[in-house]
Amino acid sequence: MAIVPNPYKTTGFLGWIDDRFPLTKLWKDHLTEYYAPKNFNFWYYFGSLALLVLVNQLITGIVLTMHYKPGAETAFDSVEYIMRDVPWGNVIRYMHSTGASAFFIVVFLHMYRGLLYGSYRKPRELIWVFGALIFLVLMAEAFCGYVLPWGNMSYWGAQVIISLFGTIPVIGPDMVIWIQGDYSPADATLNRLFSLHVIALPFVLVGLVVAHLIALHEVGSNNPDGVEIKKHKDKATGIPLDGIPFHPYYTVKDIVGVTVFLMVFCAIIFWAPDGGGYFLEKPNFTPASAINTPPHITPAWYFGSFYAILRATPPLLGSALPGVIAMFGAVLVIFFVPWLDRSPVKSIRYKGPLFKIALALFTLAFIALSYYGMQPPSATGTLISRIGMAVYFLFFFLMPVYTKMDSYKTEPERVTHEAH
Amino acid sequence: MSTEGVDTSRRRFLTLATTGMGVVGGAAVVWPFLASLKPSAKAQAAGAPVTVDLSAVEPGQKLSVTWRGKAVWVVRRTPEMVASLDKVTAELTDPESKSSLQPDYVKGAGRSIKPDVLVTIGNCTHLGCIPTYRPEHPAPDIHPHWEGGFFCPCHGSKFDLAGRVYKGSPAPVNLVIPPHRFASDLSVVIGEDQA
Amino acid sequence: MKLTKVLASGLIALASLGVGGSAVASGGESHPYFAVDTANLAGLQRGARDFMAYCSGCHSLKYLRYNRMAADLGIPEASLKAKLMFASDKPSDVIVSAMPATAIDWLGAQPPDLSLTARSRGADWVADYLQSFYLDPSRPLGVNNTVLPGASMPHVLWELQGWQAKVEHHEGAAGEGHGAKPFELVQAGKLSPEEYKKFVGDLTNFLVYAAEPGREHRKAVGWKVLAFLSVFLVLAYMLKKEYWKDVH
Repeated sequence: MAIVPNPYKTTGFLGWIDDRFPLTKLWKDHLTEYYAPKNFNFWYYFGSLALLVLVNQLITGIVLTMHYKPGAETAFDSVEYIMRDVPWGNVIRYMHSTGASAFFIVVFLHMYRGLLYGSYRKPRELIWVFGALIFLVLMAEAFCGYVLPWGNMSYWGAQVIISLFGTIPVIGPDMVIWIQGDYSPADATLNRLFSLHVIALPFVLVGLVVAHLIALHEVGSNNPDGVEIKKHKDKATGIPLDGIPFHPYYTVKDIVGVTVFLMVFCAIIFWAPDGGGYFLEKPNFTPASAINTPPHITPAWYFGSFYAILRATPPLLGSALPGVIAMFGAVLVIFFVPWLDRSPVKSIRYKGPLFKIALALFTLAFIALSYYGMQPPSATGTLISRIGMAVYFLFFFLMPVYTKMDSYKTEPERVTHEAH
Repeated sequence: MSTEGVDTSRRRFLTLATTGMGVVGGAAVVWPFLASLKPSAKAQAAGAPVTVDLSAVEPGQKLSVTWRGKAVWVVRRTPEMVASLDKVTAELTDPESKSSLQPDYVKGAGRSIKPDVLVTIGNCTHLGCIPTYRPEHPAPDIHPHWEGGFFCPCHGSKFDLAGRVYKGSPAPVNLVIPPHRFASDLSVVIGEDQA
Repeated sequence: MKLTKVLASGLIALASLGVGGSAVASGGESHPYFAVDTANLAGLQRGARDFMAYCSGCHSLKYLRYNRMAADLGIPEASLKAKLMFASDKPSDVIVSAMPATAIDWLGAQPPDLSLTARSRGADWVADYLQSFYLDPSRPLGVNNTVLPGASMPHVLWELQGWQAKVEHHEGAAGEGHGAKPFELVQAGKLSPEEYKKFVGDLTNFLVYAAEPGREHRKAVGWKVLAFLSVFLVLAYMLKKEYWKDVH
């Protein structure tokens, strides 16, 4: 059967490929002929940065897995082996551990961008849903990775998080033992979390990222004005008037963003890899011990807000189940944002004061929850966490009400942009 | 947008400069990852030089030690064994060890620092089997002119008492001599070069 | 230029996260602040010598190899073997203690490995601990420690520091508050208090080094990486400006 020549009229080796594989098509569809709005601002760096951090985690993770030995007897020693005996091992480990925190910083800001500019609104609901799934899987991935060094914080972190499942009525206690594969977090637990961390969850994560990008490139990017650039196209070429090719314009711009990010990232890796005790916790330099709980068990900083919600929820009939439901609910509610926002406009630029106040309160609540989630329990902490938790949930639950009541300014027809 | 009035040479220069520097930076990032795959300090410690006390080896005997995961033989050759080396020259593939691997400081037919002590890696140069020590001679089942040596059971390679391979063996070259030095008359350090 | 401003403020915010974090982590505890210096090789060498002389009898550094230490600290192999190593050890061995496993019977506890102590507890803690032994007749060995009350470790360094007693501060005593010294020296040692403080400093710096031998190396690499990225940033920014001339 004769080959149908590719429509790009490429020749030579590239032509040979293009006759069999859509290489030029992919390049054009996703880079040189993917038209992105020309008015992206600071907030739009964090998508490409998240991709960069993902690649960093995958590559450093592959190398670390070559040296790390899962197992209650071997894990801690093998991490010190990486830190001391493997050439460049300490730097590679810091790239991975700092990368975990960087991932959450970047993803939080990326999600916040979505809230600011209504990036979840029709027709981008699925992009948001895939993104929320990525966040969920990322949390699971981070938890598994946190346990792997099998230091004392790893051990007690595993103990606390896995015991959450024990609050499920009837099956809970048996489920904890099943998850652990032992009567307390042990060798079997560590090995299965390792398997999830290096095989199962990365597979799912990468798959979801691909789906996230496919959905994005299907409908096109939103922008700070929240207006559709596809509404105004050049009559002759069909190219959006406010669109510019992603490559070269946003590739060169993202390189600048990536470089600034790398400067901060490398400064931490090389000069402050402990991140002040937040990126690598002091007690985790002590091997796991089933008989010594660290004085302050705190989750990794990026789980602080959710942990605060867990602790702040009053128990019901002596069971911590409500807290567990609230904590998971705090993540699940994110999925529904596209259907909760009833404002006629997308971007905060054209939304009214109610939304702005709600978002400001939500921001404060999230920061307060993150902070108090990392502090030892106290009466003030509990009170502020409860207020923060109420604000957190009301921001979502009341969204249909206040976005509908809110005033709004008319969106412009075209994006606003001043040439730099 | 428009691309009118663009200074293309400036644009090309900046693109090339950024790309070039990016490639250099990328290579600098790749290096630590590749370097991390080299033997670690632990592997190097496990592969540290091995000291053999020769007083524990009777003349005519072979001692086998492990160095860097390989079998290393130390044979104390008797004067008669040393004398036998010249008798088999005609039977050998590479009697002067010209195409074989050994440090510069092992010389002569005996391939040793001292004539009575042979230190050699005990893996056949054919496919890596461990030959057996056959000092007895004659041994017509091995070779009509056998003066003692090593016989590989896997594919029948034959080596003399200096690890030199006999003609007609599947092994192409003589046994490999590892770096070694004498710390004293009766102590040999395997894995360190002689000064 | 708005963008650059936002970028810069983001950078500062991120950087202050690390700095602020460390301030929070070290604040709130009463330990005096110890200025870590692992770049001073002479000090580290003294610390290594003192560790091997006073500490290694009981405490191991099971993750640190002699030859790594010698290479990092600039100790020649001859003096490493003659002065710092147990005769039976190889240079590539890790530093184990001379303590027999039965120590637990007469000390009440196995002396812990100190490889990571400076990281799990902090340099401030180590320096403070070594200066906080005091006479306490209620303890089996007649000595206690304010930093780790009930510690089973004897005051190994008493010959150097001498003996100190805990001073009871009474509430409201004139001129005494947080700045008051918690101890007074009741029997002088071979070293003056200043010399002992320096001795402890060397030892602490050495333990900080032992907790992460790659510490100085990574910091040095950091300068090169940041220098490279700074130049690259200028180029990348010019490239971006050049292309974005097209966008109106």
